[in-house]
Amino acid sequence: MASKLLSHSHLRVIYSSNTRICSNPTRATRALLNLRPFSDSSSPPPLEMPQSHNNTINDTGMGRGSTPSLSSLKELELVKFASIAETWWDSEGPFKPLHVMNPTRLAFIRSTLCRHFGKDPNSARPFEGLKIVDVGCGGGILSEPLARMGATVTGVDAVEKNIKIARLHADLDQVTSTIEYCCTTAETLVEEERKFDAVIALEVIEHVADPAEFCKSLAALAVPDGAAVISTINRSMKSYATAIVAAEYLLRWLPRGTHEWSSFLTPEELVLILQRANISVREMAGFVYNPLTGRWSLSDDISVNFIAFGTENSKYENK
Amino acid sequence: MPLTKHLKVAIIDSNPALGSKVCFKKEDPPDPRVSTVTPATISLFKDVGAWQYIERHRHAYFDKMQVWDYTGLGYTSYNARDINKEILGCVVENKVLHGSLLSCIENKDFQKTIYPSRLTSMTLHPRSSPMGMDSTSSRTPSSSLRHLAKLELTDGNSLYAKLVVGADGGKSRVRELAGFKTTGWNYSQNAVICTVEHTDGNQCAWQRFLPAGPIALLPMGDNFSNIVWTMNPKESMDRKSMSEDDFVKDVNNALDYGYGPRPKSSLLGNEDMFSWLRGYVTLSANECFEVPPKVVKLASERMVFPLSLMHANDYASKHVVLIGDAAHTVHPLAGQGVNLGFGDAFALSRVIAEGIAVGTDIGEVSLLKKYEAERKLANITMMAILDGFQKAYSVDFGPLNILRAAALHGAHYISPLKRSIISYASGEQRLPLFS
Repeated sequence: MASKLLSHSHLRVIYSSNTRICSNPTRATRALLNLRPFSDSSSPPPLEMPQSHNNTINDTGMGRGSTPSLSSLKELELVKFASIAETWWDSEGPFKPLHVMNPTRLAFIRSTLCRHFGKDPNSARPFEGLKIVDVGCGGGILSEPLARMGATVTGVDAVEKNIKIARLHADLDQVTSTIEYCCTTAETLVEEERKFDAVIALEVIEHVADPAEFCKSLAALAVPDGAAVISTINRSMKSYATAIVAAEYLLRWLPRGTHEWSSFLTPEELVLILQRANISVREMAGFVYNPLTGRWSLSDDISVNFIAFGTENSKYENK
Repeated sequence: MPLTKHLKVAIIDSNPALGSKVCFKKEDPPDPRVSTVTPATISLFKDVGAWQYIERHRHAYFDKMQVWDYTGLGYTSYNARDINKEILGCVVENKVLHGSLLSCIENKDFQKTIYPSRLTSMTLHPRSSPMGMDSTSSRTPSSSLRHLAKLELTDGNSLYAKLVVGADGGKSRVRELAGFKTTGWNYSQNAVICTVEHTDGNQCAWQRFLPAGPIALLPMGDNFSNIVWTMNPKESMDRKSMSEDDFVKDVNNALDYGYGPRPKSSLLGNEDMFSWLRGYVTLSANECFEVPPKVVKLASERMVFPLSLMHANDYASKHVVLIGDAAHTVHPLAGQGVNLGFGDAFALSRVIAEGIAVGTDIGEVSLLKKYEAERKLANITMMAILDGFQKAYSVDFGPLNILRAAALHGAHYISPLKRSIISYASGEQRLPLFS
């Protein structure tokens, strides 16, 4: 179980310093936060972290003297994704929700990145000249549109099968065949001292064992004043009802067990761990699904799915 | 549109008008093949800068419309000022429309190639099986073209495309090759089309419903008007072959004193029944019944076309999409067919631009289905209404005639309904009644 870092007083500090965050969490969430025993994990070094938490229930039960490259991933999660790897590009298959949500995520990325890098959003290839890394790229659902928008894309995923599928699909189109796919992790890229203008990790952080360390890796991959975009699912009553109960059990949009509700992060938590990793969140938006039209759209409602855009601020840090 | 400027476009059309720069002079007699474009279509043309070319040639705006039937029980007249607009539509010859669109694209800088040929075969590569893990992906040209649609033309050219747009009319070859199924039926009616001349100018569109089908007189400017006369197939053949004088007599008969009496312009009706609506009554409700202009001469050949209703069950599948008559054909009684087609075309171009903005592959089904969902509703609604009209007016039965007349009266006097009808027919409103 991922460790959560907050006590209530920390939360209040966050509200005042981040103006774009939506209003205070619901009373239910606040009550939940009060009840949770939290511990601060920023002090111990990365490798020893999984063993130093007595109160965390690591459901994989693995001894984690693991190599640095897998330290932030959960084995069970990898197995889960490897088993449905062939269906990535089947737009009616288990990844259908991602396909349907994709244009909306891309719209957010396009507007925030164009604004940050001063690119013209009305150009067909606004990301020309930008190096972007898609962490947890899966079958390349996000990487391919980014490449079509002109970016030099590197896609990384820890599941070998995903990378193979992604490579095969990308080679079908000349424009996307330039994407570089690697079966590796964010931490390994950091060790290789790779740097990117934008680091994108969508729907990944909820599958990661240590979100705080993951965010630090993301920050290390970004150039100074680079961009980071992270999306995930909020840990709220509403998200339990929709993303777990409705999506996995009732509507069968996702295979059961895709998500662990306890691994979800609230926006406040995400902002805080990003802050500690030297990324300031500048914008946040939510995704809402309209069942009548069957389409997703961006909104201010971050109670279930949300996406955050931040900038790496090592240039400006005064520590 | 800056987002789509980089797309390479190939136009495959064996129409000779596309090849050489055919200039048509003002003195040419008006072509009987015309289209009535609604204000919505006009504004779309203006947006892309094509309307200026139309204004250099013969075109006719009209701001009034009168609809009545042979029973003489009622009539309705519409005026553009009912919805605070200047025009109800514009009648333009098809060759002028083609020419203006061609001039428009010639002046834009994007890669376009015209292939004056026809499609013989088309192969769309459906991704039927999931990709095998062990298949090697060689970077030969053939593999990178594998995911594109391949078209073969009669002149021997082979083209590869990300997206094939079937805009080739009611008997679309693209639709046939792509295997789209259609639903529809033939109206047992043909339309006789010709241009006629009359003594005075005409700025009103006239339509009279006769037992066998409506006859419409549409202004074309310069004392010419276009006739669209729907009738059963045998009569249409007779009318095509009869002498010109006889035909002109028949036309005048159909427009005015034949088949039934003229409706009375019910000024009295205004006083008693609807006086309480007085404040809300539209301008045209106060207008008397007017007699259409008398036709003096036939000015072009007569053409006959069979009429049918057709709707493709799907407009889009991987790499291919249908627009216009290739996707749907309607009865000409309300002049909507080509306007639905232009609506399709502009909607598709907008959807493609939105897709490119977020890096979508333009041949992807999910993107094309967005276009389909948007247009299907609009097209089917219009088709259902037109079909309803066609059926309602094809039966000559006393009580039904009275019902129809009552409906006509209602459309004439009940202003909100009338405004709704005019807005919808002008393309300003997407759905009748509920917008």
